Formats: sequence, structure tokens, C-alpha cells
Amino acid sequence: MTLSRRSVLGTGAAGLAVGLTGLPRLAAAQDDGLTIAYNVNLPSFDPTVGPSAVNPTIQGIYQSIFDQFIAQNADLSFRPGLLTDWGWTDDNTKVQMTVREGATWHNGDPVTPEDVVWSLERAGDPEGGNPIQFVWAKIGNFQIDGQTITADVLEYDPTLFKWMGFLTGYVLPKAYFEEVGPEGFEEAPIGSGPYMVDRFERNAFIRLKAHPGYWGDAPDFETVTIKFVTDASSRVAEVESGQSDLTLEIPYEEFDRLREQDALEGTSIPVSDIGMIFINDVEPMNDPNVRKAMHLAIDKQLIIDRLLSGYGVPISTLQTPEYVAYDPSITVDYDPDRAMELLAESGYGPDNPVTFTIQTTRGFKPKDYEMIQAIVGLWRRVGIEAEIEVYEIAKHYELRAADTLAPAAFYNWGNSVGDPSTSTGFTMFGPSPHSVWDGQEMIDMIGPLWGEAYEEKRIEGYKAVDRKVAEDALVIPILQYVQPIVHRAGLTVEAQASGALTAQAIKRG
Amino acid sequence: MQNAILRLLTTLVTLFGVAVVVFVVIRLAPGDPIAMMLPPGASEDDIARLRANYGLDRSVPAQFGIWLSGVVQGDFGTSISLRQDVGSLVLGRLPATLELAGLALILAILLGTTLAVIGTLRRQRMAESAVDLWNGMMLSIPDFLWGLIFIVLLGVVVPLFPISGRIDPSLNPDYATNFLLLESLVRLDFRVTADLLSHMFLPALALALPLSAVIAQVLKQSLKEVMHLDYVVLARAKGFTEITVLFREALRNAVLPTLTLVGVQFTFLIGGTVIVEKLFSYEGLGNLAIDAVINRDLPLIQGIVLLFAVLFIATNLIVDLTYAALNPRLRHG
Repeated sequence: MTLSRRSVLGTGAAGLAVGLTGLPRLAAAQDDGLTIAYNVNLPSFDPTVGPSAVNPTIQGIYQSIFDQFIAQNADLSFRPGLLTDWGWTDDNTKVQMTVREGATWHNGDPVTPEDVVWSLERAGDPEGGNPIQFVWAKIGNFQIDGQTITADVLEYDPTLFKWMGFLTGYVLPKAYFEEVGPEGFEEAPIGSGPYMVDRFERNAFIRLKAHPGYWGDAPDFETVTIKFVTDASSRVAEVESGQSDLTLEIPYEEFDRLREQDALEGTSIPVSDIGMIFINDVEPMNDPNVRKAMHLAIDKQLIIDRLLSGYGVPISTLQTPEYVAYDPSITVDYDPDRAMELLAESGYGPDNPVTFTIQTTRGFKPKDYEMIQAIVGLWRRVGIEAEIEVYEIAKHYELRAADTLAPAAFYNWGNSVGDPSTSTGFTMFGPSPHSVWDGQEMIDMIGPLWGEAYEEKRIEGYKAVDRKVAEDALVIPILQYVQPIVHRAGLTVEAQASGALTAQAIKRG
Repeated sequence: MQNAILRLLTTLVTLFGVAVVVFVVIRLAPGDPIAMMLPPGASEDDIARLRANYGLDRSVPAQFGIWLSGVVQGDFGTSISLRQDVGSLVLGRLPATLELAGLALILAILLGTTLAVIGTLRRQRMAESAVDLWNGMMLSIPDFLWGLIFIVLLGVVVPLFPISGRIDPSLNPDYATNFLLLESLVRLDFRVTADLLSHMFLPALALALPLSAVIAQVLKQSLKEVMHLDYVVLARAKGFTEITVLFREALRNAVLPTLTLVGVQFTFLIGGTVIVEKLFSYEGLGNLAIDAVINRDLPLIQGIVLLFAVLFIATNLIVDLTYAALNPRLRHG
């Protein structure tokens, strides 16, 4: 057989054509595993160090691979994880923890109390790179007796055990980690969670396989592929074309459109993430009438209905209904007339408006800029003229850490642990790098609550703080976000109020 | 020889200039990476410790000196967000972007040349007007919009192509390099080749369409000028058909200005991959760059920009050499 240039080129072109048109379908034909189009990338596998450790949006992936010390239910309540029992001694000078028997790492080794102690000590090491080190360092001098661990309380923190089900509260394998080192762990991570890492292509996908030795219920899917599709319109296309079985965090109007299709279903629940306006203690915000008028002039339900297709829950405090310190009696209702009265008392009105700058991101959260535009429009009616300044989220963090935000700044705040210290506490306590309002009254009210041993008194204390914050309008809570999840028919998703989408929460039927 | 040394020196000075500008501009840009990773209860000491851990407590000139001395030794630092060596990360992604840009360039040249030839052969007829109209449309729609259009049309409405990623997760090629497409061809692993091409086709086409229009316009204009020259007229007089005249005589001389243009445009093509890669969740350098910017990952941004600069310079060098090889008048100085 002789090959001419023409025949070679012709064959090549035909092969290319077949490859481009025929084989995509072949390539798309996968096993009966689950494919998720995820909204963020997974930057790092170690869930206890670096910036990704405190990134709430990737905790769902971590929780599919690693066990937390204490697990969390869909409603934010806690349940046994690798610890089956935990608590303080009566005088709060020691903690006791019992480690689950029968749990294994993905390499088959048993999970031991030594693993738990090593994880806690590593987390509390100031040089270890754990961003929540300030919490973990509050216990030390660990003692192991069988499956029981005791430790001295170096500084009492009532939220210690809640952090064990929150950011960086993961148990890692001591022997394996010490053998392979941090780089080796990034290359081939193992945990004790329901899924183990089969393959990882950074910025592309992670493929998980069910962990046969998992101590809990076996997950429904043997293999789960999580594609990192950070563009929302691409995620919509992924699920609409059937190339992914499930996606999340898409525009609400797309969510409504997709869930109308026969092949798709939608799940949406309010999650532990709120939209709010920080108020800085600078002029003109030092005038309480201005702050109160700002809050009263916002019709939150209208904004949710018009801009978010009704997906959102109006809130008046920094606690959502799922949080332990939620007090439904604290409300700030829409009252533009009262807002005008207050402004008039300070000499302002539609013809003589109070002016300031409000900062916001644009596209970081659903309709963030549009919401601020609407709010500015509502304010204008009562005599508040706010100029919108758009910035990137990185700039927000920088300005907030330096306490140089504009008089008003829109932001979102997550609190999947549901404790008031991690919502009202860190938001309103002046010395916190995340607080914006630095009034002494808040410092005096919140300060004693950090170490308050009596839980009921602590929660009541935070409710009092929330009431004071609402009365004085020291921050303007707007709404609790709703997380949209779209999936193919035939799946059920146990959506978590924390917003963490885990692979094991998705089931057949 | 003297020219080569001069060229090398110029390149080094350019790279140094790029390094200085990038380093300074990134640090002047809004956004503090440390502020983005602060835990809720961080004290002033915690913040200072974090800043020191990443070497951000030193002055900008001191930071630049440390970084530059590392770069000279091949150490580009460690990514803040990914906690991995920047050099490995960037070089690991480069093949994916080069293969995508390469395929886009091939598609653009094929399309552009075809359009130019049709427009030349059918000049002053309806076909030429149609080519001009088509070119105008291709140019007026940016690559990322083409990407969106293809995702909807060929990913959702008629689901012919995958719309995200570089390769199907079920395929697991254990290759020696990250040039997966080239290596799959060398290994005759056509299942992988087909899968890679199917994943690359839509983003490559999105990148190629605007460039193809530019190529078509310039090449058509060059061809029209050349088609009136004496040697072309002579070829016609010898009885060659118009198409033979065009391919055998006119194209070789008309292609030179287009070649320069393609070289310049290729560098823009690589830049254009940033948004298109994000749109198609393609695991290339552009996607990495966006994440680096969002996370204010200073060492990673510096590494990526420096690599882009090297690519631009290398591309221009290749174009110059090719131009000289094709144009005898430039071959001897």
C-alpha cells in the first residue's frame, strides 16, 4: 500500500472530524457515579492551615474526605464525629473527649486517640499555620487513657467544642502525615471521611471513591466527580446539558427556570450566611438618628422579592433563626415615615440630605450591587444621599482590617457554627480585626461574654447585645441568603444550613 | 553574532523591567493577602506573625531583592493560596495553555486563509462582500462571548461537546509530560487525543474566530495587491488557472505581512485565554491567573506575569526568525 500526501491529509482530516464529533459522546459516557459542578476551586488539601482552611465555601469538599472532631447536623446542631463524647469537668479546668472505636483512615490504619491529640497540638502550635490557632491553643497537656483523652484548660473558651465542628476542626492522620510530610500530604491526602481521593487535577476536578472502611453510613455513590466550574453561567450549562448531575450557587432566575424542566429538580434552603451593612464609627454615622433612619428606610422584603426572586429571609439582627441566640422579638420594621422624623430631628430631609459613601462589591454575592442601588434609592426618598463606591472583596478585607472602611459598607457574614460569638461577637467587638463599629459600650457588653461559663447567661448576654445593636442601629442586617441547588430528577439532597454541600448528602431516589 | 548578543541583552533588560513593574504594581494594587486570611479573633500579634510568615513585613525593595535573587536561582517562591512552589505550578499549567493557544492559532489560520482565498478568487463579487461581512461579525464579537454562544449552542442545545475541563475525569493518562495532546499523538493514544480535542475545540474556536477575521482581512488585502504584480500576470499568461496562480505564485509573497501579524496576535491569543479558560473551566495558566488575582496571591501573580512576558518575547523572536527565513532580503542583515 502506498501513501500519498493527499490520502494522509484526507485520513487525518476525517479522523479529526470523527474525533471532534463522535468521541465527545463516548467520552461523556461515564459510569453511574455522581458528577457535581462545584462553584469554587479546591486550593489545598490540608483543611487546617493556610487561607483555604477558613474558606467556608470549600468545607463541603473537606467534610467529604475528612472527619471533624465533632460532626454537625443539617440544622447546625452537633452530633458525634470521631469524638463520641466530649465535655468539661465541673470546674471547667479540664476537658474530656472519647475517641470513636473502629474508625479507619483511607489507608486502612485505625484512627487512634494519638491522631486526635496530634491534630489538636498541631492546630494549637503558633508556628503551625492554623488560622484558628488562637482557639486550639486554649487547651494543652493532653493525657491518653484508652480511648479517652483529657486535657488542661489553659484559657476557658465556651465555644471550644463548637469549633471542633467548624473551621479547621479536622482530624488528620499523625503517622501518615509525619511519613509523607506536608507536600506529600498535598499530593496524596488521606482522611477518615466517607470518601477518599482517587484523583485530583487542580483547577479541573477531583474524583472521589467511597471509603470501604467508613465508620458511618455508606454513601450512596461509589464514585463522585467534583468539577470545579467557577463561572455561574457555565455551571448552569453543565447541569442543563446533563454533563453534571448537580450544581449550586447559580442565579435565582436561572434556578427558577431550570427547576421547571422535567429532568431537573431544585432544592433551596436558608443558609448561615447573611448580607449586612457595616457602619463605621465616623461622621455622619456618629449621629444615632442617621443610623436608625438608614435601617428604618430599607424595605428588605421588597428587595428580596424584586431582586432575589423571593429567595432570602429578611433579618433584623446578626442571628438567623437557626442560631442559638436568635431572638424573634428583636425586629426593626420598615418605617420610612419614622426615618424621616429622625432625620428631621438632626436637621436632614429630602431637600437637605445627609451624605456619605457606601461601599459594595459587585458580583461577589448575588445582586450585591443591585441591592445597594435599591437601598440608596429608598434612602433618597427619606433624605439620605449615599454615593456608591464599588470595590473588590480583597480591598474590603484590607480596609476592614485597617478600620478604614467608608461610613457604610455592604458585606456578607457566614457563621455555620451558629454561635453568637462568631456572629455578633466578632462583628461588633471593637478589638476584633473584623469589627467596624468600635464603640466602648459594645466592648463592655461583649467582653465578659467571651469567657462566660454559664451557657444560658452567655446566650442571654448576646441577645441583650443584639437588642442594643438593633436599637442603636450599629449595624444593618439585611437578609439571610438562600442556597439554590439544582440536580437531575431522581436525586435527593440533604441541604445543610451551614451551606456546605457534601458528597454523602446526595442520595439516589 | 553581535546582533544575537544585543538581542539577548535587550531581552534581559525587558524581563528585568517587567519584573520591577509587576512587583511594584502588584503591591500598590488594592488588596492585602494577609487581611484576606485573618481569622475572626486574630490579635495584632497574630496579624504580625502571619505577615512575617509570608515575608510581607519587610520593605518593598527588600522583598523585591529576595524574590529576584530567588528567581535568578530558579526559585519563584511559594504560592500563598496553594502552598506550592510557584515555578512548578506555572510550568505545570503552561502546556495546557500552549496547546489551547496552538490549536486556536491553527484554526484561525485555516479559517482566515480560507476566507482570504475565497475573497481574493471571488473579488468584487457577492462572495467577497460576504467574506467582509463575516469578518466584521467575527471581529465585533469578543472571544468570551463566542465562548458563551458555543456553550449554549453546542453544549446545551445540541450537546456535541463537553463544556468544561481539559480531559474527561474517567480518563487517566499516565503521561510523562503535561503536553497531553502532543504526548497522546506520539503514543498513538487516540482515545485521549480525541477527548482532549473535544474538550479544547469550543474554547479554541472561541479564541480563533476573532483572530481568523484579522488574518483574513490582512491576507486578502496582501493577495489583492500581489495579484496585480508582473510575475503573477506572467503566470496567468502562461495559462495557469487563477487558483494555481494564487497558491503557487501569490500566496508565498503575500503571506509575509500576515506572518508578522499572526506573531503579534498569538501573544494576544495567549492573553485571551485568561477569560476563555475560566469560562470553560480549562485547567490552564489563565484560569490559574484569575484565581491568583482573586486571592491576592502575590508570588503566583508575579510568576505568571513573568512567564507571560517570556512567552511574548519568545514569540516575537520566533516571528522575527521565521520572517527572516522567508524573506531573502532580510536573511543577510
